[in-house]
Amino acid sequence: MTATAPKITLELVAEHGLKPDEYARFLELIGREPTITELGIVSAMWNEHCSYKSSRLHLKGLPTSAPWVIQGPGENAGVIDIGDGDAIAFKMESHNHPSYIEPYQGATTGVGGILRDVFTMGARPIAALNALRFGSPDHPKTRHLVSGVVAGIGGYGNSFGVPTVGGSVGFHTRYDGNILVNAMAVGLAKTDGIFYAAAAGVGNPIVYLGSKTGRDGIHGATMASAEFDANSDEKRPTVQVGDPFAEKLLLEACLELMQTDSVIAIQDMGAAGLTCSAVEMGAKGNLGVELILDNVPCREEGMSAYEMMLSESQERMLMVLKPEKREEAEAIFRKWGLDFAVVGYTTDTLRFVVKHHGETVADLPIKELGDEAPLYDRPHIANTFQPTIDPASVAAPVDNATALARLLATPDLCSKRWVWEQYDHLILGNTVQKPGGDAAIVRIEDGPKGVALTTDVTPRYCEADPVQGGRQAVAEAWRNITAVGGLPLAITDNLNFGNPEKPDVMGQFVGCLKGIGEACVALDFPVVSGNVSLYNETQGRSILPTPTIGGVGLLDDVTLHATVALRQAGDVLAVIGDTTGWIGQSVYLRDICGREEGAPPPVDLAVERRNGDFVRGLIRSGRVTTVHDCSDGGLAVAVAEMAMAGDIGVSFDTLPADIPAHAFLFGEDQARYVIAADAATIEAVAAEARAAGIPFRKLGVAGGDAINIPGETPARVADLRDGHDNWLPNYMAGEIDHP
Amino acid sequence: MKAAVVTFPGSNRERDIARALKHASGVAPAMVWHADADLPAGTDLVVLPGGFSYGDYLRCGAIAARSNIMAAVQAHAARGGLVLGVCNGFQILCEAQLLPGVLMRNDRLRFMCKRQHLRVERADTAFTHRYAQGQVIDVCIAHGEGNWTADADAVARIEGEGLVAFRYCDANGVVSPETNCNGSVNSIAGIYSEKRNVLGMMPHPENLIDALVGGTDGRGLFESLATRMAA
Repeated sequence: MTATAPKITLELVAEHGLKPDEYARFLELIGREPTITELGIVSAMWNEHCSYKSSRLHLKGLPTSAPWVIQGPGENAGVIDIGDGDAIAFKMESHNHPSYIEPYQGATTGVGGILRDVFTMGARPIAALNALRFGSPDHPKTRHLVSGVVAGIGGYGNSFGVPTVGGSVGFHTRYDGNILVNAMAVGLAKTDGIFYAAAAGVGNPIVYLGSKTGRDGIHGATMASAEFDANSDEKRPTVQVGDPFAEKLLLEACLELMQTDSVIAIQDMGAAGLTCSAVEMGAKGNLGVELILDNVPCREEGMSAYEMMLSESQERMLMVLKPEKREEAEAIFRKWGLDFAVVGYTTDTLRFVVKHHGETVADLPIKELGDEAPLYDRPHIANTFQPTIDPASVAAPVDNATALARLLATPDLCSKRWVWEQYDHLILGNTVQKPGGDAAIVRIEDGPKGVALTTDVTPRYCEADPVQGGRQAVAEAWRNITAVGGLPLAITDNLNFGNPEKPDVMGQFVGCLKGIGEACVALDFPVVSGNVSLYNETQGRSILPTPTIGGVGLLDDVTLHATVALRQAGDVLAVIGDTTGWIGQSVYLRDICGREEGAPPPVDLAVERRNGDFVRGLIRSGRVTTVHDCSDGGLAVAVAEMAMAGDIGVSFDTLPADIPAHAFLFGEDQARYVIAADAATIEAVAAEARAAGIPFRKLGVAGGDAINIPGETPARVADLRDGHDNWLPNYMAGEIDHP
Repeated sequence: MKAAVVTFPGSNRERDIARALKHASGVAPAMVWHADADLPAGTDLVVLPGGFSYGDYLRCGAIAARSNIMAAVQAHAARGGLVLGVCNGFQILCEAQLLPGVLMRNDRLRFMCKRQHLRVERADTAFTHRYAQGQVIDVCIAHGEGNWTADADAVARIEGEGLVAFRYCDANGVVSPETNCNGSVNSIAGIYSEKRNVLGMMPHPENLIDALVGGTDGRGLFESLATRMAA
């Protein structure tokens, strides 16, 4: 080893994020003191971000298979079969910590990473989505973070050329020091043209593709595996810089190369860069890997082996190539102006060997670095029980029309147009449902098929009752896909939680996963990919548990879909599903009554499935084309959103006598859909619902220019829209300081 | 109809425009690589598509304007051949001095993707004869740097010679500061060259060719080109 190599001290080990017992295990494994490069490698592979050491045990319980699943978790992205030889590859991943430190670049590299995961599988990206959570709007950094993250997501996706078609944006003080940026990408492949990470064959060349390696992002994955403190801004140098132009070239070059039958295996260089990608390719293929770092294209002079192995420079790939195809492959990459270098080869030793300047700087057992990393069963305690709130015990502080107007202009329920207009959501010409609907719809090429896409989670439910919250996140995604006419097929999960070493946080994680698993089984909606982001805490305070669910569904005929907008005066509105006036954890209780408490609405998965299948049938037969999922804000908010989208008022029928009016209007009972159609159709639907034992209630009639709640002053649709549309632009313009 | 779509590194709406051309004419255009020296023999129309050629680094369109193929595009335009530049293609045409002026950052300083009405300023060109004079069409914009400007003399000449192709307007065709989505001088969304054989425009007609995906108001432009070239 080189004379200048630092001595391996316990302090240095600790700085690498390795716990003493983990280091002891490593020493036992290799039987000698590691080199600094080896210490860097093991710290990258065994940190939470790459090893899933706290979560793996519990992730094993999730259902991951179905007849239409081609690839479940464990690859760069999950893949499902959508018929006719077509497949959809998709995944969601977080970039939370970097986005808090440097919002624009943090968000861009999050988008870049997930797009790479998808096209690594051989899929051309056809859609991007995201789920964003920011701190309280009156926190001094929130405006800056919203501005930077949104610009970053747009900056990358717009340039790369993928439509950003959907997502969600929420605010809560518990994200003040730790925002969430979850990015999802969806790609289209052929079922016989899918590429995997597992290397095969001994002595095959390992090729480095894409951009050059620099000193950026060293230890990014380690940062993602620790809590933030007041000095987190000092970590800015660990945030990488995204180059969407390079990624676009990489996409085109990779897809072109994949047509030539040259590629044995391919792996994106994401977290922990060269280390993680090389180890995974070898470990998955039961092969050793030898890297020669002298061949790695570098952006800077004099980079050490340690730096090269831990750099998280973006827009890079590693590929195992058929040796006889090398020239053909290289020509394609040169045409696109990208680096192409043979940096190693596969071996039969099951060792991960790294050479630099003629010296062996690392020689480690590859399986133990990868799939045999440490595994923890962290102590966890169940969440404390939250009482069910009797709606009759909650007095309405204001009349319901006023409450409706206020809710529509809250940070969580206001229009997010200001955000999605900064994303190119129309490129590729297949966006049938743009942002603002229940789920986005993207047509598959020239049709008739399409995919329905959504991201969902209700963090306050997850905190109040992790099992119900986990179920609800999956059910909500399933419902949003159903509400546009899609058949839900599979999900990707992005599990954002606090410090797993705290038993209550670990309890949230375990509870949410239990709920997610139950819902996936009951709804035939398996998990095919995902990402875990732990240690989302700042100064000891954790985020709300936020297991974001990205759902994908299929429309056999994209012309048969539903949208939220009311179509014509005289159409009758009705709600499918039971309304009990569940007010606990509702947005109404929180934002109108100032109480964030109670048990969240329970999710009955059998009812969820029955109601959803019924509604989907109505859409697919072409009988009902106006449907809206009923979620945050309850019936009144759902109806108002339909009214604003269609620019038609609604007169509510007499409200039921057995439920307090505000609980009926704003309660958040699950498994509900508001539909609208002509009176004859609604009458027929009512009869069918009754026959099937599905709760059905007529709500009112479309017409006029106001929302009329019996006994209250009409709320003009134009006024509601004014408040709904303008909260976010006004806030971002600095005109609202303390909402 | 012989159309050629030039692909630069970073182009990203080349497939969209090729689809619109094929839809209107029944013939897929030739896809031409930026490093090539020549256009396919007999090319009637060259399209520079939208995107972020060379990542928009240095200045939008500046590097692409100097790529190999542009000499052939210049010669084609000089011969009176048709050239259409959309979005980044418009930026490239300005940088290549095939059209006057420059496209600056949107006055709101943000990338904007939304539906936008345009007023067709003249319907007697190869690009617009399937529209009516003054017709209002509903297409979309998707750009961060579409704020067209030029010096006062150039603006006066463009206006005086009737070289404005489209203006941003409302649904009734009224042009006002409120409907000017990016701050362009005189709400200009697209301009012609002197002989009206070169058109540069920021909006994307190629994404509005399908009733299921927002509407069909963009079709007129491609149908104009298809019928003109078929003749």
